[in-house]
Amino acid sequence: MSADGQPEKAKTTYREAMREALREALSADDRVFLMGEDVGRYGGCFGVSLGLLEEFGPERVRDTPLSESAFVGAGIGAALAGMRPIVEIMTVNFSLLALDQIVNNAATLLHMSGGQLPVPLVIRMTTGAGRQLAAQHSHSLEGWYAHIPGIRVLAPATIEDARHMLAPALAEPDPVLIFEHGSLYNAAGELSPPATAVDIDHATIRRPGTDISLITYGGSLPKALAAADELSTEGINAEVVDLRTLRPLDDEAITATVARTHRAVIVDEAWRTGSLAAEISARIAEESFYELDAPVERVCSAEVPIPYARRLEEAALPQTADIVAAAHRAVG
Amino acid sequence: MAEFTMPSLGADMDEGTLQEWLVRPGDEVHKGDPVAVVETAKSTIEVECFETGTIGKLLVEPGMTVPVGTALALIEAPAEKPRKQDRKQEKPRQPEKAEAKRPTRRAPQPTPTLARPEPTSVPEPPAGHEDERGHIEAGPLVRHLAERSGLDLETLKGSGPGGRVTRTDVEQAAAAAEAAAPPSRIRATPLARRLAAELDVDLTAVKGSGKGGVVRAADVRAEAPGPATTAPPGRHVTAPVRRSEGRSAAMRQAIAGLMARANRDIPHYYLSQTVDMATAMDWLHEHNRHTPVGERLLPAALLLKAAALAAREVPELNGFWTDDHFTAGDGVHLGVAVSLRGGGLVAPALRDADTLELPQLMTALKDLVARARTGRLRGSELSGPTLTVTSLGDQGVEAVFGVIYPPQVALVGFGRVVDRPCAVDGLLGVRPVVTATLSADHRATDGAVGAHYLTAVDRLLQNPEQL
Repeated sequence: MSADGQPEKAKTTYREAMREALREALSADDRVFLMGEDVGRYGGCFGVSLGLLEEFGPERVRDTPLSESAFVGAGIGAALAGMRPIVEIMTVNFSLLALDQIVNNAATLLHMSGGQLPVPLVIRMTTGAGRQLAAQHSHSLEGWYAHIPGIRVLAPATIEDARHMLAPALAEPDPVLIFEHGSLYNAAGELSPPATAVDIDHATIRRPGTDISLITYGGSLPKALAAADELSTEGINAEVVDLRTLRPLDDEAITATVARTHRAVIVDEAWRTGSLAAEISARIAEESFYELDAPVERVCSAEVPIPYARRLEEAALPQTADIVAAAHRAVG
Repeated sequence: MAEFTMPSLGADMDEGTLQEWLVRPGDEVHKGDPVAVVETAKSTIEVECFETGTIGKLLVEPGMTVPVGTALALIEAPAEKPRKQDRKQEKPRQPEKAEAKRPTRRAPQPTPTLARPEPTSVPEPPAGHEDERGHIEAGPLVRHLAERSGLDLETLKGSGPGGRVTRTDVEQAAAAAEAAAPPSRIRATPLARRLAAELDVDLTAVKGSGKGGVVRAADVRAEAPGPATTAPPGRHVTAPVRRSEGRSAAMRQAIAGLMARANRDIPHYYLSQTVDMATAMDWLHEHNRHTPVGERLLPAALLLKAAALAAREVPELNGFWTDDHFTAGDGVHLGVAVSLRGGGLVAPALRDADTLELPQLMTALKDLVARARTGRLRGSELSGPTLTVTSLGDQGVEAVFGVIYPPQVALVGFGRVVDRPCAVDGLLGVRPVVTATLSADHRATDGAVGAHYLTAVDRLLQNPEQL
């Protein structure tokens, strides 16, 4: 890690941590470049790449036309040709325009070429709701990508992960998708240099507990932690597991937490039907059946296009109170 | 409240005549007890009941001919054992007889014989409305509904004109019975079920604290024998641990409590006997040579069968010491000590082991061990071994002197079958021998009884073909 000259603890935000990670990657390796809609002059539509164009120039920080299929395809080509592109897609909703490139090319080429054509591409995109951007900018489709073999899916949920997940993602020979939950960009906190590089293979326990496991990732992590705080005032000691990596899922961590607590609530902002929460729930039933002391609970979004109106949007999304209520049902 | 019904004793039987009652109201009956003699077109048969409980009202008098499925008597289930009951349109349980089909239950058609049991002249007045001839007023639809719900019209209060039982009465009674009926299967979480098997807790006796009375892990732990764990359930793990550590720790504690109690309270005496196994092993090899691999017998099957038959011969060792007296077991239910992969021990019962043929016993043993190790034992197996056998044979010791499993009064141990020099008919030879041991409760029996038992085991093993 070259956290050069970083003070012991620096006040920062998730957005700045991400920017710092990009700056570090661009500095460390000439093959790395960033491209996407408005990443250059505008500084990124969520302000992540602000100042990078000035620092690294238009060769390394490239604004692209409004065509996800074209610039993701270009990124795949660049990766095949030996570059280490970082492609930014504005939101996961728009990534659907590049779905063909991601699923049919990026995820398959290594396999179809008998191991000759790795695609070391990193794609970053915003996901999730909660900022009144209405349905077309608010969905959580990372679970769809977690369904696809051949890609790795990451969901940094903390400032540390935002700062330190990019480097291992770039080192990965396979395509890596990084989902940044829009509600996290303004999250502020202190960033301490990590003891070791962030591990993109394993889930992590954000809060140890003994009575119930709250299994979550990304934008729902703060809500799960808040729920755990609330539960602790009632003497319910909740363990909060941050999956971090949505594909491949860390089965061992899921099994281990259920073995400790015997109860699980899965918090996933995606729609319940066919969600990642459903996958985790199925795995718990397969691996941990004899450890369960209550049915698995899922807290997901209402199965509607995410509404624009503030109250309706709040009602549609998993909230801390919903997580607390689910935990109560499980603990009984 | 269960019904003892006219069974179908063959595919061609649709009615039977009650010859005689072998029980009276108030008698305790156990599953499998003969309770009535029934005459069919072909023969006279003693009919066993499928419930354990107390005989309530006898509904049919000797001499009456009734259709298959008619309630002959009511059996009150003992309060502490919820009866498995299915209130769907279910056929009464059958004796163990192969049969192609049963006539479907339907409202009895009028036939030359008496198609419906008339109320017998019992002292208590029935709740239903009767006219002077003791006939319940109810239409055919109502009869049909009552029968379908397994309700006895006589016990229903009629709300119709003149006390007639109406459709609503039947539906309400059925709903009430449904609500009052114990669930056909104990509702318990998977973890609770597993713990119950590991900690030797009878799930039927556990009161569930979960939603809708679901039995949860904490309820099972609270019922577990041995010292109650001081840590509240689910909180005994502080650091991340291997998967099985928490549960094996709980099991260790349960075993510790029980064995400490056994050694403290039971004055053990120990006997041992070296048994010449030459004949038995020869017989076993010969038997296995003609048997497919999956059905071959292990020496353990012979030893267990001998132990079970000897227990039948010496009933003083087959039962329980409770409240300062001995109670004989209701059969030879041999506890088989099974060590679990993650450490720990369970001793589920091979029920009626003395009656099992060797192949059956072998199958039952394999099944029991497999299920013990996967935590899928049944309540009936965990409650009620009358005598436990431990065999560390495959682990290579010659003799094991065990600790009695309370409230049993003896524990039989078998070592490994080993070749030893042996004096036979004045000559020295090398023979396979096994050391059979007995740890017995001196409060219940004295050494002579134990000696009688071990010599019986020895004698039985000399005649393997009779096992």
